[in-house]
Amino acid sequence: MAEYPDNLLYTKDHEWLRIEGTVATIGITYFAQAELGDIVYVELPKAGEKLAQSDSFGSVESVKAVSEIFMPISGTIEKVNDALNDAPDHVNNDPYGEGWMITVQIENPSEMDALMSAAEYEDFLSENRN
Amino acid sequence: MTEIKRTPLNDAHRALGAKMVEFAGWDMPVQYSGTLPEHLAVRTASGLFDVSHMGEIEIRGAQALNLVQLISSNDASKLSDNQIHYSALMTPQGTFVDDMLVHRFNSEYFFLCVNASNVDKDFAWIASNAKGLDVEVKNTSDKYFQIALQGPNSLEILQPLVDIDLSSIKYYWFKEGNFNGIPVLLTRTGYTGEDGFEIYGLPDEAVNVWNKVLDQGRPHGMIPAGLAARNTLRLEAKMMLYGHDIDDTTTVLEADLAWIVKLAKGDFLGRDVLVKQKENGLQRKIVGFEVLDRAPVRDGYPVFVDGQQVGQVTSGSPAPFLKKNIGLAYLPIDKTSIGTEFSVQVRGRDIAARVIETPFYKRKK
Repeated sequence: MAEYPDNLLYTKDHEWLRIEGTVATIGITYFAQAELGDIVYVELPKAGEKLAQSDSFGSVESVKAVSEIFMPISGTIEKVNDALNDAPDHVNNDPYGEGWMITVQIENPSEMDALMSAAEYEDFLSENRN
Repeated sequence: MTEIKRTPLNDAHRALGAKMVEFAGWDMPVQYSGTLPEHLAVRTASGLFDVSHMGEIEIRGAQALNLVQLISSNDASKLSDNQIHYSALMTPQGTFVDDMLVHRFNSEYFFLCVNASNVDKDFAWIASNAKGLDVEVKNTSDKYFQIALQGPNSLEILQPLVDIDLSSIKYYWFKEGNFNGIPVLLTRTGYTGEDGFEIYGLPDEAVNVWNKVLDQGRPHGMIPAGLAARNTLRLEAKMMLYGHDIDDTTTVLEADLAWIVKLAKGDFLGRDVLVKQKENGLQRKIVGFEVLDRAPVRDGYPVFVDGQQVGQVTSGSPAPFLKKNIGLAYLPIDKTSIGTEFSVQVRGRDIAARVIETPFYKRKK
């Protein structure tokens, strides 16, 4: 598995999006889960909640730290990955697969312009890793 | 800006791939392989910690015991030579300047191990209380490395490397010996709730000792462990963390440490306050609690009893070995009995917590 798959978009807060039509699936990146370490708890919103770009939609916790997670785009929460209640470590083991967090009905597609490609995200990481 | 301090093992940590953070002015390893595996290794095999940031203060002289008795809540006259106890470095208000381990070499030589964040304050306080006494107080923190080997197989790992019979050192006692020919102080102490040893020696020898213990321990499942695991381990064992669970606003009795308060030993700083508090009864006391929710609670989260905020979580974390979320908080005295429920606010949501028996974790002897 690539650390940063080419078919996803990325944010500076280390979330990823997979766009399928008008729906985006969202999670946190390989980098984010590795920084956090062993994830023991994931708090997610309820389906139907409407959130704006950059709103906090939940939190991810390792043994030692809490990290908020932010909406890469505005939209209404469609599905929430309830499997993470019992298996939060999916986020570590499979951040782009079983570790997905929410799906969102996209409200404003133009917001996606501000997101990064895989190559851009990797450049962003190396610039900020010194 | 004061420059960040480095222990003699700084390069060794980096070579091991540790994630480094600033802690109490020191550049310290927070984790190597991960907080979870490091925590579990200490409970089931062992872990190796660099704790060279800890402070050492030495008191020597004909009246060394008098000074220790004045500044400390525990009774150092009851210590035998080569014995250690936990104690509070006292303010006149009955609260903590710091908490510490008091090592007695003899009645004229005591060795205190104190928190890194407090060492300068502690030294100034002890020195100011030494006026008129026949003692010499020295801050010798830069003269030692300190490595903690913690876990059930610590003795087995360390024994082949030292020239003294480790089983002859009882818990909270120490001996001077040689580690592979290097003079060291070996204490059977730690901050994890496990059996283990702490090794003090000259800074130039730190890397040598660290690497030899790692090489010896790896085949036994020992791994290097960082400050994050040290914190979750000490919390499971309900050992206090200065600046979080105790400080100069909490009395030693409120911190539920009556076992280190020896009122009968004679006068000491803050004794009158503690005597009164004991007579009148406490208003509040620290308790251990479990969270009745999957969400962990963290240091500083607000604590509510009957809809009123009564304080905050002083230490809170997932407990990796116990597999539940635990914490410590000061509660009004009528809410401190086992089974009492209260709530903690987590990101605007009230979640239930229950007072439970402590220590949360106690090793099998």
